[in-house]
Amino acid sequence: MRGHGRYRAVKCLLVLAALAGAVVLLSVWSICRGSVALDLEDMRQAFSVWSSQTSQDVETIRSDPARQDMVRRIVWDIRLPRVLAAVILGGALSVSGFLLQTFFSNPIAGPFVLGISSGARMAVCLVMLLVLGQGAAVTSAGLVLAAFGGALVSTGLVLLAAVRVKAMSSLVVCGVMLGYICSAVTDFAVTFAEDANIVNLHNWSVGSFSGITWENIRVMGTVVFPAMVLAWVLAKPISAYQMGEAYARSVGVGIRRFRLELILLSSLLSACVTAFAGPVSFVGIAVPHLVKRLMGTAKPLWMIPGCFFGGGAFCLLSDFIARTVFSPRELGISSVTALLGAPVVIGMMLHPKKP
Amino acid sequence: MTDVLHTSRMTVGYHHTPLIRDICLKLHRGQIMTLIGPNGAGKSTILKSITRQMDLLGGTVYLDGTSMADMTGKQIAGKMSVVLTERAAAEYMTCRDVVAMGRYPYTGLLGIPGRAGQEKVREALELVHGQELADRDFSRISDGERQRILLARAICQEPELIVLDEPVSYLDIRHKLEVLEILGELVRRRQVAVLMSLHELDLAQRISDYVVCVKGSTIWKAGPPEEIFTTGCIRELYGIGKGTYYAELGWTELEPVKGRPQVFVIGGGGSGIPVYRRLRNQGIPFAAGVLHEHDVEYPVARALAAEVVSEKAFEPVSEEALCRAAKILEGCSQVICTVERFGTMNAGNRRLAEMAARNRPGGI
Repeated sequence: MRGHGRYRAVKCLLVLAALAGAVVLLSVWSICRGSVALDLEDMRQAFSVWSSQTSQDVETIRSDPARQDMVRRIVWDIRLPRVLAAVILGGALSVSGFLLQTFFSNPIAGPFVLGISSGARMAVCLVMLLVLGQGAAVTSAGLVLAAFGGALVSTGLVLLAAVRVKAMSSLVVCGVMLGYICSAVTDFAVTFAEDANIVNLHNWSVGSFSGITWENIRVMGTVVFPAMVLAWVLAKPISAYQMGEAYARSVGVGIRRFRLELILLSSLLSACVTAFAGPVSFVGIAVPHLVKRLMGTAKPLWMIPGCFFGGGAFCLLSDFIARTVFSPRELGISSVTALLGAPVVIGMMLHPKKP
Repeated sequence: MTDVLHTSRMTVGYHHTPLIRDICLKLHRGQIMTLIGPNGAGKSTILKSITRQMDLLGGTVYLDGTSMADMTGKQIAGKMSVVLTERAAAEYMTCRDVVAMGRYPYTGLLGIPGRAGQEKVREALELVHGQELADRDFSRISDGERQRILLARAICQEPELIVLDEPVSYLDIRHKLEVLEILGELVRRRQVAVLMSLHELDLAQRISDYVVCVKGSTIWKAGPPEEIFTTGCIRELYGIGKGTYYAELGWTELEPVKGRPQVFVIGGGGSGIPVYRRLRNQGIPFAAGVLHEHDVEYPVARALAAEVVSEKAFEPVSEEALCRAAKILEGCSQVICTVERFGTMNAGNRRLAEMAARNRPGGI
């Protein structure tokens, strides 16, 4: 009898390790591939030069300092931040989705579907236009704050709807409609913006991991990682809440506070993603679902790290496709995640129970 | 001994509109208290208010002597567990996982039950005879099994009071009995208190130590089952107008067919019951007699027959009764005799049957 539990734990651990391994492999691959192809030796150099300047074999193997410098620039200034952003933001997005699904006890709830991403995007867009219009620059932290504000407004509206409509399909429709409204407002704002600003906005508003700076990484790291730890600490009440609100209350979960914590965390996570990468669709629904299937459990203790790595791997792959398939033209990240994620959601609808 | 549960002038209702006022209930350990009453009377509202799913509109609920308003969620969870009507969502959870959820108030930060906790889970599963379900997927077991597992979850929480909202509705009779047997055993073995609502009057009558009737925004009546389960009381509680409910025996009969009797049934000892019911269903008015008042089928005949000729308990059938029966029998086109062996006390009925046979050869 005990063996069954242990077997499941081992399985979860293996899946977790596999997902983490996938993140590492995809990261390396993503750094190597691109308009300038690099091999592992280049990578080794780029990293070793930086970490130990005294390394001698650097000179002996590749003596072209100009290429070395270029490789280092490509790796350190462009690809590594981009890869890190994809991992961190992808992870944040799918954990946010998992929290929202728990909150609404609805498998297709997610930051994008419920209009939370669009709300954040609208807020960021308006703030950017306002501030850029005055000739100032917006800091990363400012972007996150704006996005968080927008996300909270959207979430608030969805919650108001949730009080009135109990059917989960109606709730999702409300969210999608809200998303359209926010997108429309964003489009208006972009249309009437000055040309110089549009260039800035366009890339971002279709969703992209490009142009991420180390300062961005620092800010997203300081937001996402503590939020992730907090979410993991909430694993116990989340698991009780999964059985239903009334049961959770009956075992002593402080429902009001717990719900607030859950909604703040998930809004913060999805706001952070939107602030840096714009709207990214379907990751929040598809990844938790896939991870759940892989692990064969919905226990948050496993699901939260699993979703983080799974989301990271999913976004790395999507980003890789987005920037290489029609290179040098880049696709919007959302187009790729939708193409990969939407079939998963459809499959989920067609086979609601596990196979 | 302090009461496990004591509600003092509790007022409950939805959206600040009081539905039931001044509810005073007291429940000891080792007791089963059952709420009965018509649909929509507020049984669930009372249970939801006690289990804090709804805010109280007034009064105080004391759990083991302490006002629940002064207790933390965790303290309450250590004393009271619930089995609710709402469907428990449990994706990718085995039955053991669901039961282990009852250990919530006792586990640490990560919510993983220790060795002692796992032992409690095993004990609870054993108590509901659910060991073989332990590793099955909770979403893929039958309704009856699910209710047992949810009960195990509540047991595993080691409460002093278990509150159950219609725990056996939608279950077939075997599973109804199973769940109630488990509850009874739980009360005997662990001296917990049980507060529940039931629609099954016959079962409520048998299992309860105390019955509370909820009707029309009040606690209409409360007392031990023998006081509550009287025909008059139950008829009034549920507003039964047409059919008959024999509370003492837990017997239900449909509305009788009125009119001049066309068939006379000579029955007794229960043999006539199927005939009465068939005649009623075919819409044929009939008379029954002569029945002793202590005969099992007397109440059924009273409920269904257009006319009943009866005799006092343990007395031989009198000439007077026989005369009345013969008079009614004359007016009937058919006579059915379901009795095969008439005893001494029932000798009169033999004469009645013989008389009927003489008048209508082959008519019986």
